Amino acid sequence: MAELQFREAIKHAIDEEMGRDENVFIMGEEVAEYNGAYKVTEGLLDKYGFRRVIDTPISELGFAGLGVGAAMHGLRPIVEFMTFNFAVLAADQIINHATKVKYMTGGQADCPIVFRGPNASAGQLGATHSVAYDSMYAQFPGLKVIYVSEPDDAKGLMKSAIRDDNPVLFMESEQMYGLKGEVSEEEDYIIPIGKGKIKREGSDVTIIAHGKMYHVAVQAAAQLAKDGVEAEIIDPRTVKPLDLPLIIESIKKTNRCVVVDEAHPFAGFAAEIGYLIQREAFDYLDAPVLRVTLPDVNAPFSKKLFDTWFPSPKQVIDAVKQVTYRN
Amino acid sequence: MAKKKKDDIVFAPRGIGDANDGVVQKGVDLPAATKKKHKSLGLSDDDVKAMYEQMYLQRRFEERAMQQYQKGKFGGFLHLYIGQEAISTGTVFAFDDEDDIITGYRDHGWGLCRGVTSNEGMAELFGKATGCSKGKGGSMHFAKSENHFWGGYGIVGGHIPIGAGFAFANKYKGTGKISATFFGDGAVDQGSLHESMNLAQLWKLPVLFVVENNGYSMGTAAKRHTVAEIVDRAKGYGMKSAVINGMDVFSVYEKMKEIADDVRKNSEPYFVEIRTYRYRGHSMSDPQKYRTKEELEEYQKIDPILRLKDYIHSNKLMTEEDFTEVEERVEQEVLDAVEFADNSPFPEESDMYDDMFAEENPYFHT
Ligand SMILES: Cc1ncc(C[n+]2csc(CCOP(=O)(O)OP(=O)(O)O)c2C)c(N)n1
Ligand SMILES: [Mg+2]
Repeated sequence: MAELQFREAIKHAIDEEMGRDENVFIMGEEVAEYNGAYKVTEGLLDKYGFRRVIDTPISELGFAGLGVGAAMHGLRPIVEFMTFNFAVLAADQIINHATKVKYMTGGQADCPIVFRGPNASAGQLGATHSVAYDSMYAQFPGLKVIYVSEPDDAKGLMKSAIRDDNPVLFMESEQMYGLKGEVSEEEDYIIPIGKGKIKREGSDVTIIAHGKMYHVAVQAAAQLAKDGVEAEIIDPRTVKPLDLPLIIESIKKTNRCVVVDEAHPFAGFAAEIGYLIQREAFDYLDAPVLRVTLPDVNAPFSKKLFDTWFPSPKQVIDAVKQVTYRN
Repeated sequence: MAKKKKDDIVFAPRGIGDANDGVVQKGVDLPAATKKKHKSLGLSDDDVKAMYEQMYLQRRFEERAMQQYQKGKFGGFLHLYIGQEAISTGTVFAFDDEDDIITGYRDHGWGLCRGVTSNEGMAELFGKATGCSKGKGGSMHFAKSENHFWGGYGIVGGHIPIGAGFAFANKYKGTGKISATFFGDGAVDQGSLHESMNLAQLWKLPVLFVVENNGYSMGTAAKRHTVAEIVDRAKGYGMKSAVINGMDVFSVYEKMKEIADDVRKNSEPYFVEIRTYRYRGHSMSDPQKYRTKEELEEYQKIDPILRLKDYIHSNKLMTEEDFTEVEERVEQEVLDAVEFADNSPFPEESDMYDDMFAEENPYFHT
């Protein structure tokens, strides 16, 4: 194991895949000469040159679509968005084109492309820079959606995403880029898409949390342990395809579940998990599944309001107390 | 295309190395400034003094804001307008007060010019309830709709069609007012501009599309992100166009007045490129490796505020004491604003749910 920052883990994965396959290239705003707005692509230009590490204008729709075309022509583009909040300008290319071209042509075209960048909020950046998009994209057929929480996951899943023959959305976080963690040094380290992980074992309640919310869940679990409640934390890592068996297995053991999701509440990841649990493990539940999400309100700028808006460990603890009837 | 050695293939224009060849690069080439004196531009002595005070206020407000940011008084982005003050000031003096203005996130100068008070502006930066947007917007979202300043926006290019929408409404209602949508050179590369220009020319909307070309889109020089001369985009749409020296407030005033009159009279859009320079980094965490100190200094030598000060001096419109009086007053206003912001309350937690819907008690999903 080596200790790496989240951003380094992603870069190592991209670097290894670019070294392995000449058809892999990366483009996006400030990825080349500036070395990446968040330094994820630092050094790649020097190593791979101007043909394969490419600065784009602020033309999200254009360069995302250009990536789709390049993918249909046998290349394997990695398209970086400065954040997924700006990828909404490219939503037409992702939703109407990348996910549908294979189907519409009866399988005549493939679209092996990775769209990546930070997702959701990153502090006081205001209403337009703070939305979590993983649930929304997971609604659409033909997309794989990954939102990771730790450097090791980032490395293994990024490599899988690049090798995948389909469009994959790979989500990160500005606030996690500096996070350090042990990363496997196994040669060609791959984590399969669609495999979740039990990151903390416990028997009293299952907490399901991915992306930045995983870290909120970890804080909550530490506090709960002091009160004698042992939470099991599952990080699905991939939103879609979802590792449902792992979740159901855990529910059968703990009989209680809290889902922590960084999206707004309506029809999001948490809603879907709640539905699936009642369908697959209804008889095992000792309490209704609860969720902690953002409120149904835009992100406020003011620090005080932002801190209220953003899901907190306390909200997770309260939800756990409720499902374990400790209130 | 002939086959090429792969290592020689380049897509994005290169910039590396250019900065080190000893020659000072130019972020933008400035067209000649107007030679006219203020009287022949229709500006009174008092107008000129007011322009000076306004530009000086924008400068000091932001310098103090930067200090407060560095002290940790507030977070988020802080995009400073320093260097570009002649554009907001010249435009607002040239426009009618009811003409609509909308801009991007580099919006403090625009707000101050259109009646966001120093107190309201600083409090907004601090995220306080007394801010112009009640602390909900922050640096990127100053607004004062009662003064027809519709705010700063954070998605590059996102607000461009909205400015055209104001023009549509003005034409629809027959108000005789015009609108202007300001954006950076980087936003020229967004499709929203091109769709809006076509619509505006097709429907003869009284709108100005105005590029504040400061030579850089974040860390990317304009020549590395966009082709040809920006102003020439207008040709493809059969739209009238102009290039203006944005480091000279009189030039901005003169041209923007002519253009505003034309747009108002003919109900037809105009595409304007105003060339300028930003002195500070893109936001607060920008090492600025993409330009040299020498390049920056070239533009600081032709600072728009110093330029106006020189003009006022040589035309004896103000004495040394007058300058001291104005500058001290502005300084005090800005310091008071910092204190006001610091002492103002944060919004109440329940305020978070306000301003989402038109109704009194709207539905929120839980
Ligand atoms: C759609 C979108 N893409 C990317 C960004 C990130 N971003 C913010 S400002 C900026 C540069 C814009 O430069 P320019 O238009 O020249 O305006 P300036 O900052 O120079 O005033 C970028 C890339 C964004 N806010 N929105
Ligand atoms: Mg610019």
